[in-house]
Amino acid sequence: MQRVRSLTINGQRVAVDAEPATPLLTVLRDQLGLTGTKYGCGEGQCGACTVLLNGFPRRSCQTAVGVAAGKKITTIEGLARNGKLHPLQQAFLDEGALQCGYCTPGMIMTGVAFLRANPHPSEADIRRFMQGNLCRCGTYPRIVAAFRRAAAIKSS
Amino acid sequence: MSDPRGRNPVVEVERYELDEAPVRPFGLERREFFKLMGAGVAIFLLNDMPTAAQESGGFVRRRPRRGIQGRRFNFGEPLPQNIGAWLHIGETGKVTVYTGKVEVGQNIRTSLTQAVAEELRVGMEAIHMVMGDTARVPFDMGTFGSRTTPTMNLQLRRVAAAARELMVEMAAKRWNVSAARLVASDGKVSDPSSGRSLEYGELARGQEMAQAIVAEDPLRPATEWTVEGKSVPKVNALEFVTGQHHFPADIRRPRMLFGKILRPPAFGATLQSFDASGAAAMPGVVVVREGDFAGVAAPSEPEAERALAALKAEWKLPSGPQPSNQNLFEYLKAHAEPAGHPGEEFGFFGANEERGAVGPALASAAHRLEATYTIAYIAHAPLEPRAAVAEWQDGKLTVWTGTQRPFGVRNQLAEAFHLPEARVRVLMPDMGSAYGGKHTGEAAVEAARLAKAAGRPVKLVWTREEEFTWAYFRPAGVIEIKSGANANGLLTAWEFHNYNSGPSAIRTPYEVPNQRIAFYPTRSPLRQGSYRALAATANHFAREAHMDDVARQVKMDPLEFRLKNLKDERLKAVFQAAAERFGWRERKTTRHRGFGMGGGFEKGGYVATFAEISLERPGGEVRVRRVVTAFDCGAVVNPDGLRNQIVGANIMGLGGALFEAIEFADGKILNNRFSRYRVPRFSDVPEIEVILIDRKDQPSAGAGETPIVGIAPAIRNAILDATGVHLYSLPLVPHGLKA
Repeated sequence: MQRVRSLTINGQRVAVDAEPATPLLTVLRDQLGLTGTKYGCGEGQCGACTVLLNGFPRRSCQTAVGVAAGKKITTIEGLARNGKLHPLQQAFLDEGALQCGYCTPGMIMTGVAFLRANPHPSEADIRRFMQGNLCRCGTYPRIVAAFRRAAAIKSS
Repeated sequence: MSDPRGRNPVVEVERYELDEAPVRPFGLERREFFKLMGAGVAIFLLNDMPTAAQESGGFVRRRPRRGIQGRRFNFGEPLPQNIGAWLHIGETGKVTVYTGKVEVGQNIRTSLTQAVAEELRVGMEAIHMVMGDTARVPFDMGTFGSRTTPTMNLQLRRVAAAARELMVEMAAKRWNVSAARLVASDGKVSDPSSGRSLEYGELARGQEMAQAIVAEDPLRPATEWTVEGKSVPKVNALEFVTGQHHFPADIRRPRMLFGKILRPPAFGATLQSFDASGAAAMPGVVVVREGDFAGVAAPSEPEAERALAALKAEWKLPSGPQPSNQNLFEYLKAHAEPAGHPGEEFGFFGANEERGAVGPALASAAHRLEATYTIAYIAHAPLEPRAAVAEWQDGKLTVWTGTQRPFGVRNQLAEAFHLPEARVRVLMPDMGSAYGGKHTGEAAVEAARLAKAAGRPVKLVWTREEEFTWAYFRPAGVIEIKSGANANGLLTAWEFHNYNSGPSAIRTPYEVPNQRIAFYPTRSPLRQGSYRALAATANHFAREAHMDDVARQVKMDPLEFRLKNLKDERLKAVFQAAAERFGWRERKTTRHRGFGMGGGFEKGGYVATFAEISLERPGGEVRVRRVVTAFDCGAVVNPDGLRNQIVGANIMGLGGALFEAIEFADGKILNNRFSRYRVPRFSDVPEIEVILIDRKDQPSAGAGETPIVGIAPAIRNAILDATGVHLYSLPLVPHGLKA
């Protein structure tokens, strides 16, 4: 199969050089220096590596870069617009919804996609959707609060 | 790694809980100092050791109040060698603070910044903390044992207070007025009588001044705090929510290669034959083999993975049967060593105890109860696994790595490569958590080996499976308790024997006249070490479970029974506060809904946790519905940060309480990934309420660990409340409750 030579990331076309089977996570982190996307488990169990592909949350450790080629890839680095944080990023700050912060980018990327599809989620909705994202520090209640805060801001 | 008595080569548990000593030389060369720092004023806090101060050139113990009595040293003089902490005020007013403590998610970068802001009288935004960089910060044993708040917070307040006094002195000199009439606030010194003021940056301008102090300046009491005691957000939170923060695994260096290590198929296996020809033929691949260590480095991670897969190795497995989690507890008891002498200290917090005559007291007790409790190995599973980037240059080694002990890892590296410590630098970027699980420098040494052979920087990030297998575990254990109580519900006898789990919080906080308490180190089949709160979780689980069982035996309410046997007012207060908020007296127990409690004292903190559980059906899954924790750790430094820690500790503790357990056999970890090792997720989280008992009259204690100890017994006792089933193991119900 042909090597992947370019990707569209955070609105920019960037040059890469990778075999199509290479995990997208590896290309983002090691070739492009987009280290906001994290490795946590390598089996899609923790959500730390979540990015958006055409707006849908995807585990970049389980996504071959060949699959991502030609799609719009959004990473945590591309979420703020013109220096203004995404409401969910701001809500994480306002709720203090992090301890070590390693899970935070994956939580936010999953949440951005979730809130787009569910602008008025219940707490139960949030928990169900976020079940695949791990926070070992146990910051879950604040993360739920941040989701609700962001939802309230977006709908007001 | 040996315990204090040198008898048990694998127990790493308690040795890290020693105090901050010894003092070690400060690595920074004087000549580099102002070149590195720029002009300004530096204040060094000497550890309070008069002898050392005299030897290092007569540094005057700084008598506080007004007047510069500390000694300034000039170029050509050596820097003092017993520095605890230091800070620098630059020409722009920027304050840089240097400490060997590290940020692992417990939020000390923020709480220590508050400490400096409080005494220096500057805004938090003017302060930058340099943490855990062995070339720039004073020696520190490590970040563990909840020692940062009681020790480093105090040291930084002292050095900041001394710096503030120095600023006042310098302004007084410049204006030729008495220092007594000047006021320091908001990053400047003002003279209220004339209206003049000078910013700290202006005072520092053009200076190249360093002052060493043995600080005794009086500090603001907690009742007058204006920055400490307040909820302030995490100082660098923005970098985390934007993905800009560089964790250890995110460090990149020019020409960097990616490393992979060849792991044995089982613990104790030795490398019999090794053929690297396939891997070595791959472009850009470097293969290293030294004894049983083998690894590869390659220009990309996929290439490193391919090279690793191409290594041909044969391993010899250790002979004979090996213990597994099926026969673990028999194994631990069978391999126990004798207990130490009564009163023998195991590290800082634990001790054996022999008081009164426990045998006769048991024999004559109106109520007797005997039970055995077991505790499984569990994994820390920090979301960022071990990671290191190693770089050699001109015979010097620099390693960025995630560790709670940067100086310990520096020492490991120096020993591994036969280097003086001065030629090794370890940097610890704020990392993706540890929970006591990253005291060691395995990845650092491995990356450095590969980098040395490759002649280029090498990054090594452990896989999740490696982290689950080759790190270390919270010790498993067996705890046996015998108790006696009189007809009035007072405890008269208490025997407590802990095999392998560890001695932290082994002593009972309840009043019992006759006691025998002992810890027995054991040859652990798995590598084990520190974990958030150490054995305090296991010891509290067994003790507080037993307390509920005795309460039933003597037909008393569990809360009343505890309070009756307690004298410690602070511990009573947390139980009472939590009980009230929880609604203990109004609880309505059913076959499907139960209520329980657990609490105690550890590392300067008092905790009581109450839990409500539900069972969907008999034998079904236990769900924790609601948790209330009351916590007293003295004067609270950052209430919001503290609440975050307490909620997190409860959730983490819930995993170990309900379902976490390492399964192993034949020298292999069987559940070495998140799909096989369950940790708490969103759906497991109960409603959690936190009550902070802010004791401004008490010194601030650390708080990252102790809040974890109450949840396991609280859940256990709540299950008992609903079902009448007595559970004796951690985890309690890995496969649901078998009623």
